[in-house]
Amino acid sequence: MRKKRRRRAAARSEARLRTAPKRSGAAKRTSATPARLRPRARSRALEDFMARAYAMERDAAERYAEFADQMEVHNNQEVAELFRRLAEIEGRHAKRILEEMRWPQMPEPVYAFAWQTPEPPETAPVTELHYRMQPWHALALALRNEERAERFLESIARSSTNPREVRRLAAAMAEEEREHQRLIREWMERVPRPAPDWSRDPDPPVLGD
Amino acid sequence: MNAPGGAALAPQSFKSDIKPVWCPGCGDFSVLSALTRALALLELRPEQVAIVSGIGCSSRIPAYTTCYGFHGVHGRALPAATGLKLARPDLTVIAAGGDGDGYSIGGNHFLHACRRNVDLTYVVMDNHVYGMTKGQPSPTTEPGWSSRLAPGGTGMREFHPLVIALASGANFIARGFSGDPNGCARLLAEAVRHPGFSFVEILSPCVTFRPDQRAWKDLVRPAPVTPTDDPARAARRLMTDDGFNLGVLYKGNRPPYAPARAPAMPFSELEKEFAR
Repeated sequence: MRKKRRRRAAARSEARLRTAPKRSGAAKRTSATPARLRPRARSRALEDFMARAYAMERDAAERYAEFADQMEVHNNQEVAELFRRLAEIEGRHAKRILEEMRWPQMPEPVYAFAWQTPEPPETAPVTELHYRMQPWHALALALRNEERAERFLESIARSSTNPREVRRLAAAMAEEEREHQRLIREWMERVPRPAPDWSRDPDPPVLGD
Repeated sequence: MNAPGGAALAPQSFKSDIKPVWCPGCGDFSVLSALTRALALLELRPEQVAIVSGIGCSSRIPAYTTCYGFHGVHGRALPAATGLKLARPDLTVIAAGGDGDGYSIGGNHFLHACRRNVDLTYVVMDNHVYGMTKGQPSPTTEPGWSSRLAPGGTGMREFHPLVIALASGANFIARGFSGDPNGCARLLAEAVRHPGFSFVEILSPCVTFRPDQRAWKDLVRPAPVTPTDDPARAARRLMTDDGFNLGVLYKGNRPPYAPARAPAMPFSELEKEFAR
């Protein structure tokens, strides 16, 4: 019974994360669409920034999908399903950027955009995975991703060399990342916390004596 | 190099539908990601690229791409890749594998591929262990690494692939770390662009049999030197290298091996030889 309640609460947190406003408050905009996002008015700097934001979300979606595949191959279906949902959420965020910018597709090959950091801001390194990991671990990983994304956006918002419109937009996006962190923390409270020996495998891959 | 008659592709276009069976956490996932990103950066198309491998965990990589692939015999990635490049110089040929496959079973081929300097790229995903066969020490395993299969360690000095590559004539030598897939993508793109035999060693942790390698992320650092084309200077650097300096460490200017495109002797002359 308690498990069922937990699952329902976790589903609510997930649904809120999925529908949380992303990228310049798209959910609120109707006729009051800021001039800066209208095709004719927006600057090159703004387009570059949005292309980066899109690349960040798309890279995150692709990596979560890869993580889901890895977990599926190792028959950790529960975590696979969670990563699949996270991939879907990030993919939706990326798609929303395309819609906001009214880009039918990326106007230039952003995949050639080379991040100067080892990983894109919202993407976890592959070494953070473990075949016996639990949903709590996957959410903790997602939380760290959101925190890194926030720091990345904050650094853009604070840089005086960026145009004001870009800084303002970056600050709004950083705020959204903080909101996502709050939702993930809420979600984490509703999944079981792993036992200290969670990684112990009764049938380990290493050969016995 | 550019994709003919079409827009450049995204990295995902180079990934096949086959799901890798590597252990979760394996560095080879990042190498796959870096490789597909590099091919996108180079604006190639899958049908312009062939990936040739030997045997081992990392040698499964051709199946995970949409490029032409050849998953060959243990240690024999380089002779197959060399033959392919000579027969099809229009293809971008990439040989890939692990440290056991490349430095032990295929060690002799490694020396001669460096010496021949055919225009191809060799990527070695080095995890200092035979992962597929459950954790035996490989040529690059540290002498003191003790495990159930090698109690007390092998006591044998490890192989130094970059020094060997330089001494044998490789024209481009670099080291990457799988924890930096973007950096690896740039290295791989540069290696493919550089003419001749390009050798890229990528430190790729085996989290199952060498969980201690998770600490590599704290040990690696960008090499504090600029690439050199002077083999003597490169040799001094590599001989004092601790194995964790990342980046391009040698960029030679030896022209790649290019076979004559026409026979040295007309067939009619050859026939006369047999007629005697």
